[in-house]
Amino acid sequence: MYNPVAALGAFTISILEEMGGMALMFLQTLGLTFKPPFRLRLFIKQMEFVGVKSTLVVVLTGLFSGMVLALEGYYGFRKFGGESLLGATVALSLVRELGPVLTGLMVTARAGSAMAAEIGTMRVTEQIDALRVMAVNPIHYLVVPRFWAAVLMVPLLTVLADLVGIAGGYFVGVILLHIDAGVFVSKMKELVELVDIINGLYKAFVFGAILAVVGCFKGYNARGGAEGVGKATTQAVVISSISILIADYILTSLLF
Amino acid sequence: MIKIVDLHKSFGKQKVLRGVNLDIPKGKITFIMGRSGTGKSVLLKHIIGLIPPDKGQILIDGQDITQMSEKELMQIRKRFGMLFQEGALFDSLTVGENVAFPLREHTNLSEKEIWARVEVKLAQVGLIEAIDKMPSELSGGMKKRAALARALALDPEIVLFDEPTTGLDPLMQESIARLIEETQEKHGLTCVVISHDVPIAFAIADKIAFLHEGVIIEEGPPEKIKASKHPFVRSFITALPTGCKEEKNEKN
Repeated sequence: MYNPVAALGAFTISILEEMGGMALMFLQTLGLTFKPPFRLRLFIKQMEFVGVKSTLVVVLTGLFSGMVLALEGYYGFRKFGGESLLGATVALSLVRELGPVLTGLMVTARAGSAMAAEIGTMRVTEQIDALRVMAVNPIHYLVVPRFWAAVLMVPLLTVLADLVGIAGGYFVGVILLHIDAGVFVSKMKELVELVDIINGLYKAFVFGAILAVVGCFKGYNARGGAEGVGKATTQAVVISSISILIADYILTSLLF
Repeated sequence: MIKIVDLHKSFGKQKVLRGVNLDIPKGKITFIMGRSGTGKSVLLKHIIGLIPPDKGQILIDGQDITQMSEKELMQIRKRFGMLFQEGALFDSLTVGENVAFPLREHTNLSEKEIWARVEVKLAQVGLIEAIDKMPSELSGGMKKRAALARALALDPEIVLFDEPTTGLDPLMQESIARLIEETQEKHGLTCVVISHDVPIAFAIADKIAFLHEGVIIEEGPPEKIKASKHPFVRSFITALPTGCKEEKNEKN
């Protein structure tokens, strides 16, 4: 018999359980961060994986976002002769919003999914049990390096996306649409403040933390062979992406 | 050495262990046998504290590990080695690095000393040529041998084996069984083996316990098991695949 009230209750409980589990994993990760041994090699390896190897994706995302922003902006500004504001608009949209969000989403797709898949495979092939049997805390070994790599690299990648995006906007605005280069740059300098950039980076920190915790949590709790790992990976990407967008709204309303 | 007292464990509505009582003697090979899916692996994971029981005690040298924190369990686990069913080798590390892993984690040995020890351990299981291979390049039997080398790396007192011979060809089964026997004799290990391989159990076990429907229904040395009157034990040990096959072939 299908009981809608029971189904809703079960669904709510499972969501709360997941959120609680993720919060616990986050706290455990923070707690274990300063506990030796410090796994510098794993940390560097993860920074390479999350950071260096995401460079191309992030550059392409930033570049085309900046270019399309300039194109769309120009279309709107031309209607009331506000083309001079194009540089500032592109830069503000990027540093405050699109840079961190798109970087967060792209790194989720690339690295968050890989975290879930890798840790999930380790779970279903008993490698996580093997770590525990060898008296190694799996959170310390697997989650701590991934978490800090994401928290550090997502802001750095955001800076890169911002820069490349602004360059793309400059290319479209100044080279293709013939806006005066001096106006483009001076308005940008005038209207973009340091606080805009810094608040964008705060967001990036939080997005990095979200994608790492969700990816690791989903992988860590994967069950049931290859199918379970696939499910965990999909869920990690969906939950991280939605959480990033929700967190983005909350942070924007708090920070700006 | 290891004493299991009235151990209960359920997963959801399924009662897997319903009051297991078992003594595992020190320095001997104890086989825990039973049909697939009767909770043998669950029992094994309780012994090393990977799963907490619903009720009951597991005493290791008199200390109840079910009451221990994860931190205390970590200390106890250093006395253990465990061979997982599929090996559970870390697939991002080479075979040599897998064996070096527990040494790097828990000893202050230099890299040179660690690798010397890795070579000794891999030579013991006859796998020295695979030291630089990745686990994905190994066959099932090689994986189990590499995992055994890793389990023995820290010279544990107690080694747990989860189906060490399942899924291997008969010759490899025999070689793994001999390997268990030899390492046990050499180091005086306490071995706990989960298996449903009757001939191997009779060949190397000092003690055999049968797990059926959540309880131990028969236990003792192989001779006692061979003479058991319990209907399940009788049918289990007489259902020898070799015997069946010969009969079948004659009919054909």
